[in-house]
Amino acid sequence: MESINAKYVSQKISKTRWRPVSHSFLQQPDIFASGSWDNEHNKISFWSIGSHGSSAMEDGFEGEPQLLCEQKHDGDVLDLQFLDQDRIVTASSTGAVTVFRHHQNSQTISIAQHWARAHHYPCDNAPCTGVVCSSPEIVTVGEDGRIIVFRADQEGVVRVIENADSSTIHAVTYLRTTEILTVNSIGQLKLWDFRQQSNSPSQILSLSGDRVPLHCVDRHPNQQHIVATGGQDGMLCVWDVRQGNTPFSLMEAHSTEMWEVHFHPTNPDHLFTCSEDGSLLHWETSSHSEMPSFLQGGRNSSMMSRSAMAPAGGNQSLISAWLSGDSSKGRLETSHMLPSQTLSVNSLDVLEQCLVCGTDGEAIFVNRQVPV
Amino acid sequence: MEELDVEPVVTKIPAVSDGKHMGFAWGPGDILVYETLHKASGSSFIHEVRKDEDIYSPILRKLFNESHHIFVGLQTIREDLPSKSRKPQFVSISKNYRSVIRACMEELQQVAVSTKDGEAATQYGNQVSILLAIELIWNLCEVLFIDAAPAGSLLLHLLDWVRLHKADVDEKAREVLQSDSPAEHRDYWDVVVSYVLQGRLDEARQMLMKQATLQPAARNMYKLMDTLLSKMPFFNPSGTQTLTEFDVKWRHWHEEVDRCLQDNSFASNKHLEIICKLLLGDEDILLDHKELLGTWYHFLVTRLLFCHPTVKPAELHYYTQSCMTMFLDSRSVPEPLDSILLAAFEFDIHQVIKDCSIALNNWWFVAHLTDLLDHCKLLQSHNLHFGSNLREFLLLEYASGLFTHHSLWQLAVDYFDHCPEFGRVYLELQIERVPLDTERKALKVLRICEQRQMSEQVRSICKIMAMRALRNNRLGSALSWSIRAKDAAFATLISERFLQDYCTRGTFSDLDLIDNLGPAMLLSDRLTFLGKYREFHKLYEEKRFTEAAKLLLSLMTAKIAPRSFWMTLLTDALPLLEQKEEEDIELTKVELLRLALARNLAMAIVKEGTVET
Repeated sequence: MESINAKYVSQKISKTRWRPVSHSFLQQPDIFASGSWDNEHNKISFWSIGSHGSSAMEDGFEGEPQLLCEQKHDGDVLDLQFLDQDRIVTASSTGAVTVFRHHQNSQTISIAQHWARAHHYPCDNAPCTGVVCSSPEIVTVGEDGRIIVFRADQEGVVRVIENADSSTIHAVTYLRTTEILTVNSIGQLKLWDFRQQSNSPSQILSLSGDRVPLHCVDRHPNQQHIVATGGQDGMLCVWDVRQGNTPFSLMEAHSTEMWEVHFHPTNPDHLFTCSEDGSLLHWETSSHSEMPSFLQGGRNSSMMSRSAMAPAGGNQSLISAWLSGDSSKGRLETSHMLPSQTLSVNSLDVLEQCLVCGTDGEAIFVNRQVPV
Repeated sequence: MEELDVEPVVTKIPAVSDGKHMGFAWGPGDILVYETLHKASGSSFIHEVRKDEDIYSPILRKLFNESHHIFVGLQTIREDLPSKSRKPQFVSISKNYRSVIRACMEELQQVAVSTKDGEAATQYGNQVSILLAIELIWNLCEVLFIDAAPAGSLLLHLLDWVRLHKADVDEKAREVLQSDSPAEHRDYWDVVVSYVLQGRLDEARQMLMKQATLQPAARNMYKLMDTLLSKMPFFNPSGTQTLTEFDVKWRHWHEEVDRCLQDNSFASNKHLEIICKLLLGDEDILLDHKELLGTWYHFLVTRLLFCHPTVKPAELHYYTQSCMTMFLDSRSVPEPLDSILLAAFEFDIHQVIKDCSIALNNWWFVAHLTDLLDHCKLLQSHNLHFGSNLREFLLLEYASGLFTHHSLWQLAVDYFDHCPEFGRVYLELQIERVPLDTERKALKVLRICEQRQMSEQVRSICKIMAMRALRNNRLGSALSWSIRAKDAAFATLISERFLQDYCTRGTFSDLDLIDNLGPAMLLSDRLTFLGKYREFHKLYEEKRFTEAAKLLLSLMTAKIAPRSFWMTLLTDALPLLEQKEEEDIELTKVELLRLALARNLAMAIVKEGTVET
């Protein structure tokens, strides 16, 4: 495994996100944004890792992130997403939602839009816990159980679903352009269809056993009905939202809370999860493999023959790999991506071959050669 | 009270006017001070006096984080391995700590140079010098205590130590070499002598060659010096030569140099003669070069190099005090750093730790160094008056300081974990005081408590979060917290709220929660009742009256319904009584009627019997 090095940044990192790259040129990502939490003065920062082949950095070795610019942020950064190449949206623990613009020429950051107290209680602030966007639409969720829809260019709120949930909504993701999926702290996934005017979800899914709070959710990039969630008990669940009420796969992933789960955007055979226990796992599924089940601690050189497994049935067999339940362990390979146990890994993002993650040990890790 | 080691430092509170009284209160890492006249005074300010500014410095924060990582790694080294295989690990850990200090120092240095703010530059400069001193001390402790080099290697390590901390030689050399005529540069001879003083004889020879080419007439003299320099023996620890053999060889060489001096081979060249005398360890000549040496410990090491290279660790202290006295003026007072190094050379570890604790305002250095030394089994178990040993005491102090920081408290948890006697108690007390602004933070704190089976703290945190949620009418969140704490009493409270809501409004709020309670329903009787009652409603809406009636009956007979709810249940029973369905519902209806009548009768009796006053 290529060694990852930590860059200590003097702030606990709550979120890291790659800036989107244009697919036409198959570029590797070079800029990412990070948000801090639990600081007296929290910040959002933009970092560059330089593109391949650029001249070596002045200090540090090649690939070490260099700070481009940073900006003070009111409250913890509880979620962060790129709206487009220049703008990010942040969710704050004060309940505010802010759009920041990164000016590449002058390396400065300005506030493009700010909705203060978007999420609130009658006489208190309610943290905004999740944000997802599909430019220009922004959807946010919070501890107050509201779902709010904004448009980046409008000052007012487009739509509010009051009391969407009686518990905290931890994360939100788009299922289709008009449908979103939320997860909450009583272990439910709720589908919301914006075409309907009613304030109730079109579908509710949950595990049949204990109501374990769910913290993160991500949709399969190609198959819109496949969704992965992670929760307080560190179990990775893969759901098929078309069929029934229970997840198809339950896999023991981490020993404590799973904070983020991500399908690789262009290579969805690969899934990444990070957790409070300080580990970041890379899951790889395949259709045919005789490999032994649980491999840990780095890539094994005797890889399965990936070329031999081009599935004849197209996408069908790939889907079934994620949804086959525990028996699929024989086809699932997992490896730790961080060299040793660190404090909680709060966030990760993966794009092309680059992976970035941030920890409570005030360190950012970047891996530029993720084997996908 | 014990007598003081040093005079306490006086801090002026600028905002408090002269002559006024001050009241104060101790905090975990600071003091709150206010002006008072023992009655209400005009000034309404409270001042916070902090001793340790370092944890708020962004660059030094990296030091705390990186060293935490190393610390945790150190604790996991297995105790049962033989000491032979553990020593290299400890040395490598010590080097890691030092490289972290150096990295921090370099960054601070860069910022100190580039900043435009004069005051900030001074502050950074101070921090750099403190870190320099810390690294110097740590390096010496590594050489003497952790690596514990025997005679022979000891001097080599000490030479490395001195070279590492005297970087200006290389700068000067670079300057000289880059000039047009290096041999004629005014610093040329200083560089050559500095190389000799540090035992870097190859580099000295290379420099001398430049001078030799300029003076062809003195070629033989330079050749002789070159030979002498090249023949000086250095002990090779990994070689086959024993220490005694090396000693013999060295004495031969020493005699040869002495002969060259006695027969005036270098008499015509003042500089070469000086170098020759240096090679013989001539104290007076050495002291003549005080500015080049810079410090008494450089003087010490150089003297040992040229007088007694086979010095044993136990013999070091014979030389140190005398070197220090010779080097420093009789008027100048030894600085704290000097006494710390002196104590180290005398292998008095406790004195080193004590002096460092006093001199520095942050426990970081002493805590980590003591912990490492303790792992090397170098500290005698020294029970302090307060029951724990030195290592634990220092770690507890350090971690308590960390806990006052809004962010670094998470690091402190691991330190407390590795203090076997008092760590847990400290953690229990401190963790409850972490402010919980968001659910995310509360979850992290909870996880820390759960992993250490601190059930009291788990209950209290969950209760705080649940009450907060309840106050904000987030019943689902409140329930989720009480499930986490397995708090039946609170679950009952929440169910009561739901039922109250129902009574006032006639409908249930938060159906998504009640409909999907799952096994959580069993947490409390009231909650079970709530779930079942909602189920009854659903059955009724779906017109499955038989089952609805049966359920209602079981609810009434099972006695989990709260007293206040009986009227509601009976009212719900009424429409069912009018259903005209199958056989067994008749039985159920009869039961219901009986119950209703009995209840009604009871109530009637009570009512009649009550005298209106």
